[in-house]
Parts: sequence; structure tokens; C-alpha cells
Amino acid sequence: MSEPVISTAPQGAPPSDVSDPVLSLVAHADDNLILAERLGEWISRAPELEEDIAIGNIALDHLGVARALYTHAGQLEGMGRGEDDFAMRRPERGFLNVLLVEQPNGDFAHTMVRGLFFDAYQVELWADLSGSGDATLSGIAGRALKEARYHLLHTSSWVIRLGDGTDESHRRAQRAVDVMWRYTAEMFEGAASGYRDIWEKVIGDVLDEARLQIPDDPYQRSGGRRGFHSEHLGPLLAEMQWMQRSHPGLTW
Amino acid sequence: MTYEVPVAPGESSEIEETADLAIEAWPMWEVFVRARRGISHVHIGSLHAADAESALQNARDVYTRRGEGASLWVVRSSEIHTFEPDDISDFVDANEKPYRLATAYEIPDEVGHM
Amino acid sequence: MIPEDRFDAIVAAEDKVEPADWMPEDYRKTLIRQIAQHAHSEIIGMQPEGNWISRAPTLHRKAILMAKVQDEAGHGLYLYSAAETLGVDRDQLQTLLHQGKHKYSSIFNYPTLSWADIGTIGWLVDGAAITNQVMLTRCSYGPYARAMVRICKEESFHQRQGYESLIRLCSGSPEQKAMAQDALDRWWWPSLMMFGPHDTDSTHTEQSMEWKIKRVANDDLRQQFVDMTVPQADFLGLRIPDSELRWNEERGHYDFGEIDWDEFWAVVKGNGPMNRDRIEHKVHAWDEGSWVREAAMAHAAKQEAATT
Repeated sequence: MSEPVISTAPQGAPPSDVSDPVLSLVAHADDNLILAERLGEWISRAPELEEDIAIGNIALDHLGVARALYTHAGQLEGMGRGEDDFAMRRPERGFLNVLLVEQPNGDFAHTMVRGLFFDAYQVELWADLSGSGDATLSGIAGRALKEARYHLLHTSSWVIRLGDGTDESHRRAQRAVDVMWRYTAEMFEGAASGYRDIWEKVIGDVLDEARLQIPDDPYQRSGGRRGFHSEHLGPLLAEMQWMQRSHPGLTW
Repeated sequence: MTYEVPVAPGESSEIEETADLAIEAWPMWEVFVRARRGISHVHIGSLHAADAESALQNARDVYTRRGEGASLWVVRSSEIHTFEPDDISDFVDANEKPYRLATAYEIPDEVGHM
Repeated sequence: MIPEDRFDAIVAAEDKVEPADWMPEDYRKTLIRQIAQHAHSEIIGMQPEGNWISRAPTLHRKAILMAKVQDEAGHGLYLYSAAETLGVDRDQLQTLLHQGKHKYSSIFNYPTLSWADIGTIGWLVDGAAITNQVMLTRCSYGPYARAMVRICKEESFHQRQGYESLIRLCSGSPEQKAMAQDALDRWWWPSLMMFGPHDTDSTHTEQSMEWKIKRVANDDLRQQFVDMTVPQADFLGLRIPDSELRWNEERGHYDFGEIDWDEFWAVVKGNGPMNRDRIEHKVHAWDEGSWVREAAMAHAAKQEAATT
């Protein structure tokens, strides 16, 4: 694969230090929360009833991981912030998720390809963090790893079915790969760079079996981990945070 | 609450039940679950899937909510072969062979439990 | 023994009719329609509640709501499976729904306009469903009764989470309490309508009772629901929007006002606030998913060809 050409944050913008343990937890939580929001949009809209149930379960998994990570981050931070403080009261520029997860669902192929790329990364991440010296984190990672393996089975199976299905599904799957590819390099910035090789192998095998091509395009986007998002995050947060922002300080 | 949804005045009460089946309809599979070791698989319901692999994955999501340790079998519904008792008299009554029952034999108490 | 007598004996003995048993054609058709409409209700019901998943006020409430809606999808699936034992295919049943030939519970033709609607639906709609579901576990048709047992086990948290949400609202700010009262004002009468017409106006009741598909009359279930729910509203400090509602010491039940039967029949006929939207949403999802379902079948065929 060609060397990525990264389109990133404005010049002079300070990076957020996701090597900081609290921010690192928040970044992974944000990944999972934003993806959970996206997957939730499929509920009552999936191509078949069984798939509606499966996607809903996957969304609940991601939401559960996000909540556990926010809670742990809040405890480590020691400023009394809870899961809803992180989810509902930070502005767009405070979110540290990768750009991949905030991309719109598009058609079913887009969603499955986005999921494939993210799930393969999550499996490496949680396998690594299962060995963390932070006991709470390693516990969360252990559970998240089991779930991520199941998610990867689900999305990779679908990408293969769509890539090697009908002409139309192949066309849509290839388009999805072409569109989502530019958001993949970002997942391997910083400490995560060690996961890249295995991820490439896993993805390469799946796309091969799916008869799909990896784009020969060095263009990559970045900035999410520094709070510089695509135009898609804003509306998502506006909807998600609406109740808390319009009725501040109440319990539900 | 009622699900028999009433027939409005002026509506036909003909119970319509036929409709064409689409070409891409997924076949039906029967699902058997063994919830834990030591018991046998039990028929738990059915679902639709295009192939065995997705039938298994779907069965985990639908029928076990991914509970750990549950063993699953899926079988295409069309592969299930059945025998149905048409009439009670079709069965040869097991009670016609009383010598098959333990109660048919008297063992003296001194022998102990048998 | 002739088949009709055997069937009658099974029903009379509180035994279960199973899929391969002989059954009157009308019994089979009635069951297909009723089980299918029950399943359709679960599936359509995902929409009004799903409407608030993205806007749930806390992550905790979001998780609860997502889990509840997923349960409903699962219940729909179990019920379609039960209907399919009667010789129809699930896709055919969905087509009949899309064409408007099958219906679903009218309650889901009302919109969810505030967060309090979610708690109110859990409290009232699931409360009503529970009164009906316990009865259906005793239905004469085996697969339907068994599906209901499984559903009842999973249903336990649905009503409780809704009511708990309303307890929070009613003990919260004046604005939250007003939100809850507004929701009750809009959902009370549609909830009573869920129990159907007076039995005297219902063409199906008598036959369904004979066949033990229906075990309790509409008006009796409705009365049971009112008696159970009024004290729950009192506890919340909410006012039920019925000026004729009062305890009748002689009867030992609550007296309540007459349903607006014009509205009832209008919604049944398809002219309620959300009837068109619910079906269009469903049809759209189905149509959009067509290429996906085709791809899965095409891939399966390729796999099978490769191994033979």
C-alpha cells in the first residue's frame, strides 16, 4: 500500500496528547460511542429482521464499552466527571474519536465496510490493552476483545457476501471501500502504529476473498484525535446532546 | 390489549393470506440450543438466513443474546423429516407390553434397592 | 375418532393443538392473521420508540431503550416463526402488511413527541400488553403459547423501566412533570383503545373464545387494565384525562368514560396520525434492503456450487 498523504489539522494547532492515560481512555470511548450512535440509526431499518437484531446488539456492545471507559476515565481524572459529562457536555472540538466512526452510514455496504475496518483495529487494540497494568482497563479490554472478535466475524462475513454476491452488491461494496479507505490510516497514529501490519493482513485477506480492490490512492484524512472532525460529527452531537442541553442539570 | 385488530365497518372480513414470495427470500432454519453441558439440545425456534454460517450467527444474536457456552445447531427447515401421530390408535400402546416396566417385577425387600 | 372431534377434544382438555394436527380452516386462518398481526405490532412498535434512541437524555436511558427495542424485534421474530408453522412464509406476511391487508395494533399509529412518551409507552402500552400476554400463554395453539411464554420472560423489564422513568420525571422539575402529564394526556385514550371494541361490537370474540385463542373478553381486559393503572397514576401524581373516572364501591371496579369510537375506527381504517408513516418507513427499509438480501442468496449459491 502506498505511503499515506495525510490531510490534517490547521497549522499551528496543538495536538491533544492522547498518550495521556485519561485522554487515551476518552478517545477510545468516543470511538465506541460515536459508532454506537451510527449503528443505532439502523434499528428498524436493516435489510432483514435478523440483521436488525444483530446490528442492535453490536451497537449495545459499543455503547457498553464507551460507558465503561468514560466511567474509568472520570475516576482517573478525579474531577467528578461521569459518563454523561463526557458524552453530553463536551463540544464537537472536544471529541477525540477517529474520523472513520463518524462517517454516515450510507448504504448497508458502507456500514459493513466501515465496521470491518474499525473492528479489525479494535481486535488488535483490545488484545493489546488486555495486558494493561491498569486492572480496570484490562478488564474492560478483555470483554471488549470478545465482542470485537464477534463484530469482526459479522462485518467481514458481510463484506465477503457483498463483494462476492451480485454485480450490484459488488459495485456498492467497492464504492464503500473507495470512500472509507481514506479514514483508515488515522487509526494507527501514535502508539497504535504497532497494529498496522496485522490489520493490513487481516483486511487484505478479507478484501481478497470479497474480490474487492484496495484503492491505489495515497490520500488519507486525519485530525479526529485532535478534535478536528469532519462535518458529520456536529449534527450527530446536536441530536445526541439535545435533551441535556435544552434541559440542563436535571436527572432522567 | 388485542392483536386481533378489529374489522372496520365497510371493510372486508375475508382473511387474506396469500402473497407472492420474492426471489431473494431467505430460507427458514430451525434452531436447537444446548444452554449448558449435561443437557441435550432443545428446539427453540426458527429464523431466516441465506446460508448456514449466517444462520448460526443470527441464532446466537436472536436466541442466546450471545450467552457464553451455549451450543447451537441449525438445520434447514426443509431437512427436518417428521412423523406425526395421525390418530391415537396408530400407536401401539406401551402398556400392552407390561413386561417392559420395572413395576411388573416383585423383588423382596431384603435384596435392597433395585 | 373423526378429525373435528379430536380437535374439539384437544381444545376442551386444555391441551395444545400442534402444527401437524388437523384443524378447522378458519381456526388456521384466524391464527395466522392474529399471530402475524401480533408480530407486525412488535416490529412497527420499534419505530415510535426507536425515534428517541439518538435523543435519549442519558447513556443509561439510551442503553435501556436500545435493549427494549431489540427485544421487540426478537419478539416479532419469535411470533413470525410461530405463524410460519401454519404454512405461510414470513415474507408473505410482511407483504400483506406492506399492502395494508394485515394490520397491527393501533397504538403505534400515534407519534412520540417528547421523552416522556417513552416512559409512558413502557408504562401503559407494555402494561396493556402484559395483561394480554399472560392470557395468550394459555392459548390453544402450541407454538403461539410457547412463543408467549418466552416473550413474557423477557418482557419483565419493559414496563418497569418506563414507569421508573416517569417516577423520575414526576419527582423532577415542574417542566419534567408537565412533560409527563402531557404524555399521559395524549396516550391514555389510545391505550384504552388497544383492547379493541366492546365485545358486543366485535365479530371475532365469540369464535375466538370457543377455540381458546382468546381467553378473556375485551371489556374485561380493559377493566383489568384500568383498575391496575389508576393507582399507578395516583402514585405519580398525574391526572388521568377522564372526567368520568371514579371508583365504584358496589362493583369493586373503576367506572370510566366512553372511548371516542370515531377516532378508534378512523385509526383502524388507516387514517390515524402515523399510519402512513409507519408503513412507508417499513416498506422503504424493505425495498432498500432488497439488493442486500439478493447478495446473500447469490453468495450462498456460489458457495454451494463451489462445494458440489
